[in-house]
Amino acid sequence: MKRLGTLAGLLFLFSIPLWLGNFYLLHVLIITGIFIIAAMSLNLLLGYTGQLSLGHAAFFGIGAYVSSLASLGFAVHLLPDWLVTLDPQPVWLGMACAIVITGLCGFAIGKVAFKVRGAYFVIVTISFAEVVRLVALNWDELTQGPMALNNIPPLSVVIPGLVDITFVGKPANYYLVLVFAILTYAIIARLVRSRAGRAMIALKENEALAASVGIDVTKYLVLAAVVSAAAAGAAGALYAHYVRIVDPNVFLFIYTVTMVIMVVAGGKGTLAGPVVGGVIFGLLPEGLRSLAIAPEVQWIVYGVLMILVVYLLPQGIVPALRAYRQRSRSLEPQDAPGANASARQAMP
Amino acid sequence: MRGASARVALAVEGLSIRFGGLTAVESMSFDVKEGEVVSLIGPNGAGKTSAFNAITGYLPAADGEITYRGKRLNGLKANRIAELGVVRTFQKTSVFAGQTVLDNILIGLHLRSRQYPIAIILRFPFVAREERELAEEAHEILRFVGIDAHASELASALPYGELRLLEVAIALAAKPTLLLLDEPVSGMNPTETANFMKTLARIRERDITVLLVEHDMKIVMGVSDRVVCLNQGRIIAEGAPAHIQRDAEVIRAYLGERYARAQD
Repeated sequence: MKRLGTLAGLLFLFSIPLWLGNFYLLHVLIITGIFIIAAMSLNLLLGYTGQLSLGHAAFFGIGAYVSSLASLGFAVHLLPDWLVTLDPQPVWLGMACAIVITGLCGFAIGKVAFKVRGAYFVIVTISFAEVVRLVALNWDELTQGPMALNNIPPLSVVIPGLVDITFVGKPANYYLVLVFAILTYAIIARLVRSRAGRAMIALKENEALAASVGIDVTKYLVLAAVVSAAAAGAAGALYAHYVRIVDPNVFLFIYTVTMVIMVVAGGKGTLAGPVVGGVIFGLLPEGLRSLAIAPEVQWIVYGVLMILVVYLLPQGIVPALRAYRQRSRSLEPQDAPGANASARQAMP
Repeated sequence: MRGASARVALAVEGLSIRFGGLTAVESMSFDVKEGEVVSLIGPNGAGKTSAFNAITGYLPAADGEITYRGKRLNGLKANRIAELGVVRTFQKTSVFAGQTVLDNILIGLHLRSRQYPIAIILRFPFVAREERELAEEAHEILRFVGIDAHASELASALPYGELRLLEVAIALAAKPTLLLLDEPVSGMNPTETANFMKTLARIRERDITVLLVEHDMKIVMGVSDRVVCLNQGRIIAEGAPAHIQRDAEVIRAYLGERYARAQD
């Protein structure tokens, strides 16, 4: 039953480009999908280990830059008379580099979090993102600074004699993002339902108790940071090869905030939360734009809706729906008022 | 009391713990032999919990040596000490409150599990098999302490007595050879306390050595092979429960000078 529902949902998602004639809407879906991947990766850190990374856009941006630079090639002086050059590489290799390098950045951040938790971790991640943004802005020779990297090639997969696809155009990119999103979801789902995920949850819930039963909390925090950063890096690389231009604005704080909103509104610490939050807050601006109201009003409505969701459903949309379903189910067999009370008590 | 020839499991020698200028524990020495139940008693602030924290890696020892089965515990991280079989519970109720009772035990079974990240992501067949075995083992532990009926409830929804049993169950899941219990029955009613004593006896049957911090003298005198009494960071008496009950120094620490003189 549950499997059928998942299958139907996936079929629906795969069918969208077949009947959606509007390419602009498809573009919005692609961008939303990329942000959902980033939000899912943030959720692994924020929702499962309980550590708020407010520099998540840094991993996204590093992924975008690494993949772009590797596929464009570069020549840069690391010392005045030491020139490092890289010829343009295949795009898939660039994306692989992006995933590996952001993973390493996640490793470094996770190690730093060895001693700093909570508020200090937040500060470390914000500083990290800001430093990376300033580097991207000022290292003209490598990143072109504010002039941006452009003419980034699209992803193409060539296996001689078998496959030769170049991901240009909306439908192709839609499928690419969809496949990456499903992969990310599956990896995170498997991780959190295992020993590793239980260790992360233990760290979030009660670090002292987790250590007392032998959980090496630092190790699992680093693991979460690596997987999270690598997935965000993959999202950034997808973004770069889709819009095919990258400037230092990808590191802006607002992108991190968008990811946090998606995770928190959808329900942190649930697998479906970032997806639901991402769909709602990714598509909402477009939905409001179609209402023919002034742009300022659109953003005010967006803000008010956001506050309402957080105010009315502090746990997020997915946990609220789950609790509602549980309550109505426990009401079905015996509609005594006592059943209602006990269901309410069971809610955290 | 078991034979005096039994091997020493935990040895604490000259342990001192300081918080800034305050000395919480001063050159404390005692040992626990394999299979023994030893209680650490003393008035509030005597340094019992501080000693616990130092043994299990939650506080640095300013001085002294702590060894378990020949391995030095000083400076090891708490999780490494747990890997050596030394597992504790906490004085303040401490569970994974947002998780179900079963999940609490599954977290506790961490050291029993062999999954590693790549195997998990690629879903190697042994991972699923291990998950089934872990769930089976978790239910067994819950049955052992008698709260299996609550397995699918949230830990935060448990009544107090069951909550304290859950703490012990989490510790047992880590397969300790030395279990340190910090005031396990505080706040329990007499029936719950009596049940807990039975559970403790069964824990003992599993060849688990127990170091207990407790204020409830019925438990201490009922289950201990030996009692170590602390006052103001020092050991003032050590011996069999019957001996401790008559010790003038202990009575003075607990009840004051007048009662001690009245006994003489």
